[in-house]
Amino acid sequence: MLTPLMWIGPALALIGFAVAWPVVSMFHTAFLRVNSFGLVEGGSGFDNFRNLFADQAFVGVVERSVIWVVSVVVITTVVSLGLAQLFKGRFPGRRATRWAMIAPWAASVLMTAIVFKWMLNPTSGLFNILGHHLGLVGSLNRADPLGQANTAFPWLIFVAVFVSLPFTTYAILAGHSSIPEDVHEAAKVDGASPWHAYRTVTLPLLRPAIVVATLINIMNVFNSFPIIWAMTHGQPGYSTATTTVFMYILKGSDIGESAAMSVINFGIVGLFTIVFLAASGWRAEVE
Amino acid sequence: MTTTLRRANASRARHRRYPERPPWRTVALTAATYVIGFIFIFPYLYMIITSLRPQTELQSSAILPRHFDFSAYRALLSSGLLHNLLITVLIAGGATVLVLLVATPAAYYSARFRFRGRLLFLVLVLVTQMMQPASLLVGIYRQYYVIGGLNTVWSLILVNAGFNMAFAVWILTAYFGSIPRELEEAAMVDGYTRLGALRRVTLPLAGPGIVTALIFTFIAAWNEFLVALTLTSTPNKQPLTVAINNFLGAYSIAWQNLFAASVVATIPVIVLFAVIERKVVSGLTAGSIK
Repeated sequence: MLTPLMWIGPALALIGFAVAWPVVSMFHTAFLRVNSFGLVEGGSGFDNFRNLFADQAFVGVVERSVIWVVSVVVITTVVSLGLAQLFKGRFPGRRATRWAMIAPWAASVLMTAIVFKWMLNPTSGLFNILGHHLGLVGSLNRADPLGQANTAFPWLIFVAVFVSLPFTTYAILAGHSSIPEDVHEAAKVDGASPWHAYRTVTLPLLRPAIVVATLINIMNVFNSFPIIWAMTHGQPGYSTATTTVFMYILKGSDIGESAAMSVINFGIVGLFTIVFLAASGWRAEVE
Repeated sequence: MTTTLRRANASRARHRRYPERPPWRTVALTAATYVIGFIFIFPYLYMIITSLRPQTELQSSAILPRHFDFSAYRALLSSGLLHNLLITVLIAGGATVLVLLVATPAAYYSARFRFRGRLLFLVLVLVTQMMQPASLLVGIYRQYYVIGGLNTVWSLILVNAGFNMAFAVWILTAYFGSIPRELEEAAMVDGYTRLGALRRVTLPLAGPGIVTALIFTFIAAWNEFLVALTLTSTPNKQPLTVAINNFLGAYSIAWQNLFAASVVATIPVIVLFAVIERKVVSGLTAGSIK
């Protein structure tokens, strides 16, 4: 009993201190009344949750989070399937193009979001300048695309897709490399059209890769903060905020209510973790 | 071993042959991948271009600046941002060292021995891999508030190490598991102790796995933003990400200075990441895509 603890004990201690403690502390805070100086003024029962649900912004924020996660993940998966199809072949310079593709994955998401914010600058942003040169935009002085939700939110989704594509494409490429070449040849010999062969042979074999990549993306996108924070701060109002951003903003005014939002986010992540464990065949993996 | 190698070589040779398709299609597909590759690095090229734009040309409608100007980088040297860079290096370096110190023994032991609670431990690691600081932010904040760790470097080292350890345990367990235990046993017959055999035989063979875990943890901690934004309150304790974000709050944003700092924060990690590119997917998906 003692020997295993010597080897895995430090890892357990780190998990306990850095991960488990915040879990307990978050649940605890959700049921406390904390004043604006951070001092605990006693228990509050379910008041924090009641306040959260009664918050005018709450329903909109939840709806937006669903749109955010679904659209980013679906678009990312579809585009990645296409990119993987393109990049799996052999062609001169493949290594260089693959390296170019990892840039948004390696770089801090915050930096990528800031570059896009600059490119969308209403006066001297690149998109505006290009549009002007191409004759699409008449004046160089126009409304800030990040200034209102109906133009800002699609851009936020675009940037989130952009930074999610490299990992997803790589995961699908890893799936491709596990498919034996014979399978494709067999389909060709049988006279299947390329599209038919892709749908009936390749896609089902890619399924495990797609499922795992999608679940990881769902969690990453759900927890994503820097894109929205750097580009719009969730504004105007809360009109571009997701539950993660909303939780962060609430932390500044009412930490109890913020903890309640955190608990709900945590529950959703927990649910997806269970689905992930079931789908990834963890048992085979650890044995 | 030799048959496996021969088979691997044969399949590689078969793959290397370019597929038979009309040349114009190969050209079109290759051109398409170059365009896509360019789109993916473009924001970072544009970051560099903007950092070299003279102040006077920032509002100009020309896509490329007429003069290149390094004054933003000189401004960087004389500003407090170098201190923020140091904080980032301390956090990323500290978290990486801590992760390797705790993950290596745990991964080695789980790969070599079946002990009671092994399954439980590995599932716990998988669950932590799924967790991100974002969904626990309030808990993290309250924890360090209570123990007096707000606005410190050590608290950020601990948070980054805790949330990135799972990846290292996974990738190292896979590496240790793939090294035949006979090699270690042979070394022990030759008079090495278990620890000696581990140090002289197993660790060097697990080198690529250790490098992958090291770089991955370093980059993740280097790029971390949300926790640092939450736990720090004074510029002298803020890493580069938070310091760069502070630029956005200014009434008039000094874009070229902002991007000079971003270039320093971004380009090294893109280069580092290229080193471990292939191994990262298998670690993140915990080997479920073979």
